[in-house]
Amino acid sequence: MRETAIELAYLAAAGLFILGLSGLSHPDRARRGILYAEIGMLLAVLGTLLHHDIVRYDWILAGLFLGSAIGVPMAYLVPMTAMPQRIALSHAGGALAATLVGVTEYMKMAPDIAPFTMFALGFEVLFGALTVTGSLMAFGKLQELITGVPITYKGQNAVNISLFIVAASIGIFLIFNPSQGVLFYILVGLALVLGVFFVMPIGGADMPTVISLLNSYAGLAGSATGFVLSNNVLIIAGALDGASGLILSIIMCKAMNRSFTNVIFGAFGQTATVAVETTTAPKAVVRSGTPFDAAQLFRQAKSVIVVPGYGMAVAQAQHAVRQLEVLLDQQKTSVKYAVHPVAGRMPGHMNVLLAEANVSYDRLIDMEEINPEFEHTDVCLVIGANDVVNPAAKTDPASPIYGMPILDVDRAKTVIVLKRSMNPGFAGIDNALFVCPNTMMVFGDAKATVTKIAEVLTALNGTGSAE
Amino acid sequence: MSLEIEMGMYIFMLAAFVGYRVISEVPPLLHTPLMSGTNAISGISLVGSLVVSGSDHGLLASILGFIAVTCATINVVGGFLMTDRMLKMFKKTP
Repeated sequence: MRETAIELAYLAAAGLFILGLSGLSHPDRARRGILYAEIGMLLAVLGTLLHHDIVRYDWILAGLFLGSAIGVPMAYLVPMTAMPQRIALSHAGGALAATLVGVTEYMKMAPDIAPFTMFALGFEVLFGALTVTGSLMAFGKLQELITGVPITYKGQNAVNISLFIVAASIGIFLIFNPSQGVLFYILVGLALVLGVFFVMPIGGADMPTVISLLNSYAGLAGSATGFVLSNNVLIIAGALDGASGLILSIIMCKAMNRSFTNVIFGAFGQTATVAVETTTAPKAVVRSGTPFDAAQLFRQAKSVIVVPGYGMAVAQAQHAVRQLEVLLDQQKTSVKYAVHPVAGRMPGHMNVLLAEANVSYDRLIDMEEINPEFEHTDVCLVIGANDVVNPAAKTDPASPIYGMPILDVDRAKTVIVLKRSMNPGFAGIDNALFVCPNTMMVFGDAKATVTKIAEVLTALNGTGSAE
Repeated sequence: MSLEIEMGMYIFMLAAFVGYRVISEVPPLLHTPLMSGTNAISGISLVGSLVVSGSDHGLLASILGFIAVTCATINVVGGFLMTDRMLKMFKKTP
């Protein structure tokens, strides 16, 4: 009876999770979808508490209480700009839970473990532990506790691959000799080291792919936990999470025209710096302007496309951009936003920031959809975006980003680029857009510049406050 | 191979296909909430952690279980609340 109730709760939970995720196919249905998933989770937890193996509740209640006490404030206090770090941290947390369950299950079951269960256990702790430290590294890089520049040394890939082979071999050996407890813990330790080593050479601009990949690993580790515990809802939830992470990583890789292997073993910054030396030779003229010049252009414009990049997040300029949008609306100028899949530090980063600033979601347009519109656009405003608008991706086969799909901003009648200085962006590649004849550079802090442009525009139009 | 494992593999395969289809439908607009939502859902490992920390297999297992419950709860509670907080912001102004 009890068993049936638990299994039914899990069945309902699995269904509600799938229903919940399918709600995310449209912003209007998304919140209801997440509510379904929440109900599913509640059912699963309540069902589990009936489990006959559970004989004491003190540790459980303490953990639930402490977790909620940390989770609730975190959910409300973390600013949207810090979302990539927060997601990286939660991957680490989820993977740590899976790893710890794996370790305790091993302690409980050893030395008589069936080969398949041992395989699942080994997979769980290998990918779980690797995701823990890998995600913590990603967190450190995003939070700028460690440098976002790739940390590389000679023979790095060889070291990483050999370490992985050693870890996998230990895992395989354990399948046939599950009683070798020491080796099991060495496997956990090696996986922890591997996580650090894998993320170390990956630069900040590649974080969207890495975060997605770690998401996928965390899911697979969860699924493996399900196999170890013979728990179907864990298998399903892990598979969903794994599929999601995998799809996102593929989208990110495609958006950069790079392969998984290139992201993981390529250490992007390295190859880029070499290319810079060869391409900087002819010094072209940069046309720079003031916020006043920019405001004049906006006043004349009938259509405007804003291209946000990581620089907008860093400068926290999204609210100022929204102010400018309100002013442009008032003078009947059409405003849209062009969002490149890898703009920012995680998939969808720019959309969340702009939605927070009250930008209507039907104005946030994907790359494929908006690219044909640039040539009919009067003013294109590029805020802190660099590689995703670099025409070299189309024209210069020597460029490290050659072949990457970009936003065709150079086709707009006028391009206004907001940038702190002429320093090349993260990838260290010169941007031909900045020297285009129809480009005007406005140097300075993006937030201050946009605010200034809005002020001048208000004065020019004599329409009073932007609010 | 036991029936249980075989069933598990069927479930995994079907769930992966369903997941692939369902998640392909999610627009790039909502990729961040998707990530945070699937993260909250994968906090379902809480279920495993609960059994570990409540089943009295010695102090070490209980402590590890307690840490696992705490981490998974942070993900579940924090993840769902944060996803909802994000989705609330996606509004369409006419």
